[in-house]
Amino acid sequence: MNSQFALQSLILRTAAHFLLPLLLIFSVFLLLRGHNEPGGGFIAGLVAASAVALYMFALDIRSAKRVLRFEPRDLLGWGLLFGVISGVPAVFVGQPFFTSQWLELTLPVLGELKVGTPLLFDVGVYLVVIGAVLLILLSLAEAED
Amino acid sequence: MLLAVLSGFLIAAVAPWVHRGLGRHSGWALAALPAVLFIYFASFLPALGETDGGRIILEYDWIPSLGIQLTFLVDGLSLLFALLISGIGFFVVAYAGRYLEGHRDLGRFYVLILAFMASMLGLVLSSNLISLFVFWELTSITSYLLIGYNHEDAKARKSALQGLFVTVAGGLALLTGLIMMALVGGSYELHELLTSGDIFREHDWYLAILLLVLLGCFTKSAQYPFHFWLPNAMAAPTPVSAYLHSATMVKAGVYLMARLNPSLGSTEDWMLLLGLFGAVTMFVGVFLSVRSTGVKQVLAYSTVMALGTLTMLIGVGTETAMLAAMAFLLAHSLYKGALFLVAGILDHEAGCKDFLQTGGLRRALPVTTVFAGLAALSLAGVLPMFGFVAKELLFEAVLEAPALAGLLSVFAVVSAVMVVAVAAIVGIRPWYGPRVDTPKTPAHEAPPALLAGPVILASLGLLFGLGAGLVDQGLIAWAAAAVYGAPVSPYLSLWHGFNLPLLLSGVSLALGLLLYLNWERFRRFTGFMAVVDRYGPEAAYEKAMAGMVWLSEWQTRVLQNGYLRYYLLTILISTVGLVMVTLFTRTHVHIDLDLSGILVHEAFIVAVLLMAALVSVTTRSRLGAVVSLGAVGFCVALIYVLFSAADVGITQVLVETLTVIMLVLVLFRLPGFLGLTPMVLRIRDAVIALAVGAMMAVLKLAASTTRYADSISEYFIQESQPSGYGRNIVNVILVDFRALDTLGEIVVLALAAVGVYAMIKFRAEDRK
Amino acid sequence: METLMAFTVGGLFAAAIYMMLRRSIVKLVIGLVLLSNAANLLLFTQAGLLRGAPPLVPEGAMQPAGAVADPLAQALILTAIVIGFGVLAFAVVLIHRAYEVVKADDMDQMKDTDT
Repeated sequence: MNSQFALQSLILRTAAHFLLPLLLIFSVFLLLRGHNEPGGGFIAGLVAASAVALYMFALDIRSAKRVLRFEPRDLLGWGLLFGVISGVPAVFVGQPFFTSQWLELTLPVLGELKVGTPLLFDVGVYLVVIGAVLLILLSLAEAED
Repeated sequence: MLLAVLSGFLIAAVAPWVHRGLGRHSGWALAALPAVLFIYFASFLPALGETDGGRIILEYDWIPSLGIQLTFLVDGLSLLFALLISGIGFFVVAYAGRYLEGHRDLGRFYVLILAFMASMLGLVLSSNLISLFVFWELTSITSYLLIGYNHEDAKARKSALQGLFVTVAGGLALLTGLIMMALVGGSYELHELLTSGDIFREHDWYLAILLLVLLGCFTKSAQYPFHFWLPNAMAAPTPVSAYLHSATMVKAGVYLMARLNPSLGSTEDWMLLLGLFGAVTMFVGVFLSVRSTGVKQVLAYSTVMALGTLTMLIGVGTETAMLAAMAFLLAHSLYKGALFLVAGILDHEAGCKDFLQTGGLRRALPVTTVFAGLAALSLAGVLPMFGFVAKELLFEAVLEAPALAGLLSVFAVVSAVMVVAVAAIVGIRPWYGPRVDTPKTPAHEAPPALLAGPVILASLGLLFGLGAGLVDQGLIAWAAAAVYGAPVSPYLSLWHGFNLPLLLSGVSLALGLLLYLNWERFRRFTGFMAVVDRYGPEAAYEKAMAGMVWLSEWQTRVLQNGYLRYYLLTILISTVGLVMVTLFTRTHVHIDLDLSGILVHEAFIVAVLLMAALVSVTTRSRLGAVVSLGAVGFCVALIYVLFSAADVGITQVLVETLTVIMLVLVLFRLPGFLGLTPMVLRIRDAVIALAVGAMMAVLKLAASTTRYADSISEYFIQESQPSGYGRNIVNVILVDFRALDTLGEIVVLALAAVGVYAMIKFRAEDRK
Repeated sequence: METLMAFTVGGLFAAAIYMMLRRSIVKLVIGLVLLSNAANLLLFTQAGLLRGAPPLVPEGAMQPAGAVADPLAQALILTAIVIGFGVLAFAVVLIHRAYEVVKADDMDQMKDTDT
């Protein structure tokens, strides 16, 4: 890996160290605002995955895996689980599976906030996209190593 | 009634456990089912009597929400068959329990034979054409499994397959015929179709329907030239032969012809086809029967004869003929069932499979001898057996036939002569004369389970003969009425006085005995007929099967050639051809070539996009290809953003980046492009590719001026904020309105990722 | 503009098909990428092209003011792009493994089922 893909550039490596947390925070931002402005689970997931991919290119696979902390496979499972769970509450109030349910919360600082199952679903999408893309890229990169 | 039909399947499902639990008595235990069914069906007799041979229709909701019903039709004809099926079924199941005792697959045998019985009952009682057909095919399949019961024997497998092919091929024709009937008659219910005979007879499709339906019936009922599968089907265990291939299944074709007689019958085509094919089958069957020496062969060919006779009688179509057909049907089922069971006893006790091995067994098997003789008398049509009554009616019917009376009579008399010889071969040859060394020496008379069938069936033949009047007032007359389509006046009796039929009976009896005495000479004399085997229908069947294999090999070679690009070429060329032809001949599309309103930067992006695509196609460098591919993707993303699709644009940019990364990761390990294809082929492919591109462009242009339905997008736009609480409508659609679709999509994504992981992981493990 | 886009889509399809008809597996993959771009673009144009009218509801409003681009087509394309990536990855890895078996970038070497 090091021999071929890691671009031995000090600038890139330093930049990657700073970019990774920034991009990850940005992806969460995209995820949360996705319901109202451009963004959402798919885009946020791709941004997060790209961030890790950049890190992988700048350093190496092992550091990329270390910084990720999770196995991408586990993210797939959690994402799908969240996606399915978000459809369940509707069943308990006698509506068809996946009918969205909303809860209005009034928080001290943020003011009024609407929390609903679509948000949970979007988090599921986010996790699946990160998991899938990274599983593919990391497996390929490892195989080429 | 529903339970009665389906009980066979239900009991079949548990039969192996019954067999395991009860051991050697399982035969009797399972035979209780047909016995109960027999009593149940018999209980319809008084009700049928009250309606004076009318019909009873029983309807059950099957899929009520779709208005689909399961309808059963009980009239004389179906009841006669149902009684025969359950009655003979009782003896056969009990018999099989002893005959196959200790066979390791006996449990499976019970499953099959009970399932067959249920299918057969369903077939004769169904009033719906489709359910009738389903049961029809079920009998073919169970028959296939039963013929191939000794599946370790290559010959049994081959025979089973042959029977299946012939009957199922006919079944396909039958299905087409039945659907056409339903289209013409406007109903799938038999009881509605039966009253509308004139509609069929005057319809343009009449001949097609007739030929298709008859093809189904002829193959099933082994009519010449499809008769060859029946004797081969004798590879099955004897109880199966007795049940399926003499008493019940092969009569399914006869049943259907009889059933449809009121709808399709009494036309010239009907009489000619049925009369001629029936007569020829009758003659060929009995001729081959006399020529054979194998016990089951002789009986099988004489069954072919009987089926031919029945077909001929239905073709003749007069009141007498119908009465004769029904009487003959009953008589035949009784004596043939008995004789096959006797053949089983011969095999079981003495190990004889060929009449030439037999002789002088009367001392060892006295009871069998008596009742075999009784059944054979009925076969020969000797006074006072029921077979005699049937034969008298047969002669009377053909003598009075409205068409072809002379020809049919000659066939009938010649056949009758040979039938007498067959009866003598069966009834005299094994039992009397000097004792011959048989492969097994019978130590004792056959056990009761084996004897019950022949004894009772043969006795019934005698009983019905003596009391012909008993039967004629009831079931036979009602059955004949159902076939004839109008009430018939019954006049079955043992003694009709001295008349022409009686004379013919006597003559055929005498000549038949003469033939029996010269049996050896007859067989030697007709030895030249072996030539026919080489060019006969069975050889044609073999040729056809070989041809089919050759054809499928050829078309597999041509179509499944293993070259991806030829598959693609086939698909693409036919798509372009069909779409273009339809577009320009069937529709009046308006193509609007409006090039106004294009902004300069948009035109620039499109130009870059097309250039990049061209480079990615023509470049010789892999890196160049991947880079230009990236350029294509970014241009597409720009187009999305320019035309109000921010989310899509962002996604496209990110995915395009990841795609390039991935391709770089993988493709750098592969060698460079080689330039494998000569120029001519490249030009050919380019032409086809451009044709597809042009088709898509034209389709697109045509489609943008045509709109058939309003988009559902308007609903999403209006409801996004009020009910989805989201201002990004695209995201609301993804996670709320169409969340289930999105769930499916992320599952696909996850599966693709797991697939990639698995392929790479397993390879890594292989290397270790 | 729709006319121009129709020809663009046609051009992309032609390029994709030409690449898919080659013997090289790598070219087949490039053809697949082009094909999915072409299909997405076709869907996108078919839904109608509007400049500067994203399917967003202004803050505080219940419905967007005036006509907006078709959000349904966008949602479909968005998921199609992501799934396209997953499927492409699968195809790439499959091809890579096939290459390891056959040792040549030539599909004519793969026409037998038992290699």
